[in-house]
This record gives sequence, structure tokens and C-alpha cells, in this order.
Amino acid sequence: MTVLPYLVAGWIFLIGVYGLVTSRNLIHAVGCLAVTQSSTYVLLLAVGYRNGGTAPVFADAPTDSRVVDPVVQALALTDIVVGATVTALLLALVVQLRKRHGTVDPDALSELKG
Amino acid sequence: MDTARLLPLVVAAPLMGAAVLVATGRRLPRFASDVLGCAFATVTAVLALLVLFRAGHPGPEAYPVEWVGGRRPVGGGAAGIVLVGDPLGAGLAALASLLVVAVLLYSWRYFEQPPRRHTGSFPALILVFQAGMCGFALTGDLFNAFVFFELMGVVAYALTGFRVEEPKPLQGALAFGVVNSLGAYVTLLGITLLYARTGELGFAQIGRKLDAGGPDGLVLAAFVLVTTGLLVKAAAVPFHFWLPDAHAVAPTPVCMLLSGVMVELGVYGVARVYWTVFAGPGGLSHPDFTRALLVLGVLTALLGAAMCWQQRHLKRLLAFSTVSHTGLFLIGVAVLTPEGISGTALYVLGHAGVKAALFACAGVLLDRYASVDEHELFGRARELPEVGALFAVGGLALSGLPPFGSGLGKAVAEEAAGHTAAWLPALYVLVSAVTGGAVLRAGLRIFAGVGRRPRDGQESGPETTGEEEPETGRRLGRIPVPLLAVPAVLLAASLAIGVIPAVASAVGRAGALFTDTGGYRRSVLDGRATAVPASVPPHWQATGILLGLLSTALAITLATLAVRRPVHTGTAALLAPVRRLQSGHIGDYVAWLAAGTALLTVLTVPGVR
Repeated sequence: MTVLPYLVAGWIFLIGVYGLVTSRNLIHAVGCLAVTQSSTYVLLLAVGYRNGGTAPVFADAPTDSRVVDPVVQALALTDIVVGATVTALLLALVVQLRKRHGTVDPDALSELKG
Repeated sequence: MDTARLLPLVVAAPLMGAAVLVATGRRLPRFASDVLGCAFATVTAVLALLVLFRAGHPGPEAYPVEWVGGRRPVGGGAAGIVLVGDPLGAGLAALASLLVVAVLLYSWRYFEQPPRRHTGSFPALILVFQAGMCGFALTGDLFNAFVFFELMGVVAYALTGFRVEEPKPLQGALAFGVVNSLGAYVTLLGITLLYARTGELGFAQIGRKLDAGGPDGLVLAAFVLVTTGLLVKAAAVPFHFWLPDAHAVAPTPVCMLLSGVMVELGVYGVARVYWTVFAGPGGLSHPDFTRALLVLGVLTALLGAAMCWQQRHLKRLLAFSTVSHTGLFLIGVAVLTPEGISGTALYVLGHAGVKAALFACAGVLLDRYASVDEHELFGRARELPEVGALFAVGGLALSGLPPFGSGLGKAVAEEAAGHTAAWLPALYVLVSAVTGGAVLRAGLRIFAGVGRRPRDGQESGPETTGEEEPETGRRLGRIPVPLLAVPAVLLAASLAIGVIPAVASAVGRAGALFTDTGGYRRSVLDGRATAVPASVPPHWQATGILLGLLSTALAITLATLAVRRPVHTGTAALLAPVRRLQSGHIGDYVAWLAAGTALLTVLTVPGVR
């Protein structure tokens, strides 16, 4: 087990946050949010990984074979469903904003100051 | 029926209602959709109240625990998902459900006729929101808490941007969505770290396994990450920026739910996770937790109050008042005593009724005058004395006037906080006075036209005026009965919480059970009933009454002074940099979220040994 996957997860998260902070386009920002979420997939799968383990499907493998943790895979799947919902909703809001407001530049959206 | 068996129904009933409404809403007339929505919400509220009345009393059902699908833990390892109906969680589920019923009744006449074939969409969304809130309050599993957190989040973003034909709600919903989802993912990172350490996902299981070792960097990182997401939902400074934007633009009935109970669920999550997971020797020590949360709570309370005073947009004013009260709730949790928890719970109950009633009054103004701007509405609402009276009572209750529930909660919480630091009661008084005073000032100007007409045009810095589109098709002529009855009932409920001693003693028992970490773990994992720890029920004390009267008097004085002398003092210029932080820019908000996480880390680092 190496520490590399954990560093990768942390890096993906930070790069996503950096993208969100500096984004000049709301569609790009929603994409960056999806990037930060990808870091949770990587972290989950890294946590559940076992050296030499196969997929946790026992149909064609002996029941005592070494498998990776199926719980984290279930969690990652749930996470993906949640992420798809959020991304779809936010993108729909951006599309509607483009129609009503004529821009997707967050710097141009200043009606909610103070 | 077994009480524990009711727990999954509390989450399932509103979801079924939403499904029915989505399926039939296209064909039903609006009246039928509204009745269906109210019926399902009411059934859920009755179920939650049943759980609440049976839980916490001595007997075999004192602590209902339901392993969904019958997957009970075997030999210490649990594979199933657990719902726990401890009195505080059940109470929050009941509060959320009752508020949902009130909101659905209010929106009956509030919204304009929805487009044909879309009659069921608003009540269906509200019901899903209710399911998310009830699930979050009842779950005993960290990952499920994340899922319910996101479920209520997603519905809340959709409800905030419900009026998709206007640009402002879309902006507010986007900021809300991006910041809250990012918070949720941060929480998930923390949950993953806890799973890596313990191989468990339930609160009780993780807590027990953590206590086998000592606190180290990984545990503290997990604490910081999990808490960050919950604090984003709770809108603690510096994670709060989404809240005023979302509240200013969301439809008024949605504001009532967001401010009344959703934000408070974030505070509940912080307290729940700490007491069940991290309160043991393997987690974060009590002084470290107190320091971290106290700093954030004080910052939140002060900044919220300062910003609240500066607003002229009525909904933003109420939103910032929620921010500052959240700070007080966080302080109540931070002191880590049963009294702090009970006082905060009472405060949350009283605050929910008052704040929802105030938003309801603001909604009436919006639908009648197409504005919620304090300056523009000056004196125009003289013709609505009933609404004015409700608004004034709400303002007084918000400032902690005895015997309102908000006053009792404030009194009990400030007494508990006073044992930790002697200056904290002064903060409670100050914050209640300023936020209540801001509401009273707006009320005096709008409903009574007292003082000089405020002059526009010489404000420095950013200003958000309150010119909004009304949410009815045409402006309201006569005020429909539900728009007046709902706030009146909410205020009466808030009064009842402070007056009826049985409520206070039940909340006292709930607080004592909530802070009993060992008892929680025994009930959930070993199925052993816990005895309710002996405690003095929260009640009115002379100092609490006097401090409540003092903050109310201060609020009235502040409001009168502000109305009499609307001259621009130095405070506005002093606070201009703080106001500029509220830039409406999503990138800024995310940067502040990252900074807040760093601050939380710095505050908890001394816990590593």
C-alpha cells in the first residue's frame, strides 16, 4: 500500500477548489465542482483497495479469495448518483441563467452584493 | 405499533407523497394537489410526534432504534443502516414536519396559479425536502447523514431557484448549490478517512472503535473535514456567504423552511457527530472542541448581527439575523453541557416559529407592494395593522422577550454559556438586541411610518435594495386568511414553548440523553435501554427574565434611535469592508470556505498528542 493514491485525491480536490475560485465561466465552475467530487471517488477506492484483491464478485471465484472492500464501491456508486443529480441541476440553472441574464461570467453577476 | 418501526415511515411517508404528486400532479387541479401535499406532510408530522412522545420516557421504548431491513449488528460488527429516534432528533423531525405543514398551508394562497399540468411540483419538492430533513435528524449512520444532507441540499437549491424566469433567484441558487455541495464533498472526505481508520460507518460504531486508540492527526483531519461540511449548512462564519443570497431570492415559503429549520439541522449535525463519534478519549478533547466552536460561534454571532443591522432588504435582514442566531446556537453547543444543548434546543424551537412568522409577514408585503425594501415601503403598510402587529411581536420575540420560547431558550443557553466564560451572556444580550432592534426598526418604518423618510442616494459601498417581483400573478388586494393565520399560529406556538413547563422539561430530558455518549452507544449497539440521566429541567430564572427584558429594552431603544435620527454615522463606513466581502461571487465564497477549513484546522491542531 502506498501513500500515492491519497496524495492524488488531495491534489484533485485542491485543483478543483482552485478552479472554482478562479473560474470566469459558470459552466467551468460546475465542472470544477465535479472535479472536487472526483477526489472523493479516488479516496474511497484507495481506502478500500487490498493488495492482490479482485473484484468482490464470488460467482467465478472461490469464496475465500482476497477481494477489495465492496462497501466503498457501494459508497462510491451512491456518491456518483448524488454528484450526477447536483451537476445536472446546477448546469440547468446555468443554462437558465444564460437565457435570462445573457452571461455566464460570475464577475458579471453582482446583483446580490452587500 | 412498535415505536422503532415508525422511524422509517417518517422518512418514507413524505417520499411516497412526493411520488404520488409527481405521478398525479399533471391531471389534478391545484386544490387537490395542495390538499394531497398537506395530507402527506401532516401524516409525517403525526408520526414524528408519536415517536417524540414515546421517546425519552422511562420504559422499553425510551430509545427507539431501528435497523432497517432487520440487519442487526452481530458480534460487534454492524452491516445494516440504523435510524435512531432519540428525543432531540425526533423533536427536530417533528419541528421540520410541522413547519412544512405551515408552509404548505401558507403557500396555498401565496403563489400565483401554477402553470397547467405543473400543479404538483411545488408541494412534491417540499415533501422531498421534508424527507431529507427528517432522515438527517433521525439517521444513526454517517454516510446516510451525508446522503440526506445532499438530498435536502439538492431540493433546497431547486426550491431557491424555483422562479426560473428571473435572473436573481438563479444566481442565489447557484451560489447556494456550489458552496453547499462542496461542503458535502468535504464531509465525505472526512467520512472516508473515518472509514479507513475504523471500517465502520455508524456513529456509535466509529466512536467505539476510535476510543480504542488515541487522538492523532488522521482523527483530527476527519473531524475538521466532517465538521466543515456541516458548518457550511449551518452557515457559520466564514461559510455563511451563500445564506443571505439564497434567502433574499428564494420564494418566501422556502425561506421559512431554510431559516426555520434547515440551517439549524447543520448545527444539530455538528453536535450529533461530536457527541456520538468524537467525544470519547479517542476523539477530540472537550476543551479543544469548545475553543474551536466558540471562536466560530462568536464570530458568526457578531458578524451576523452587524450585517443584519445594515440591511434594508427585509429578507436579507432576516437572513443575517438567522446567521447571527446560528452563532448563538453554536456557542450553546460549544459549551458541551446538557444545559447548553437543552437551552439551544429551546432556542431553536422558539426561533423557528418567530423567524418563519417574520418571513411570512415579509411575504405579505412582497405580494402586496412588489417590494421588501425598508426605505421604499416607508409608511406604505399603515393599512395593514394586523400584519404590522404580527411583525412587531415577532421582532420583540426575536430580541428575547419573556415569556416567548426564544426568550426562554436564550435565557437557558446564556446561563449555560456563562459557566464557560463570564462575558458570553453579554454577547447573547447584545446580539438579540441588535437583530431584534433591526426588525423593529424596519417594522416601525414600514408599518407605522415613524420618523423621517430615509433618504437614498448617499449610501457608500454596496447596497441591496429590495425591489422584487411579487410571487402572485397580480398584486394582492385583500390579504387572504392563510397568510395571516399561519404567522399568528407560529408566533403562538413560539409563545407556548416558553409558557408550558412540560415542553421545557421534555427538552431538558432530551438534552441530558443527547450528551450521554455511552448511553447512546449502548442503546444503538447493545440494545440496552438507557436510564434518563437526572437533570434539573430548564425553567425561567430571575436573571434570565431580567436579561431578556434588558435585551428587549435595548432593541426598542436601538430601533427608536435609528428611526428618529437616520443620520449616517461612522458605523456604516466602518463596516463597509465587511459588507464588501459579501460580493455575490461564487469564487470568493469558495475561497472563504477553504480559509474557514484552514481556520478550523488551526483551532483543533492543539488536540494532536
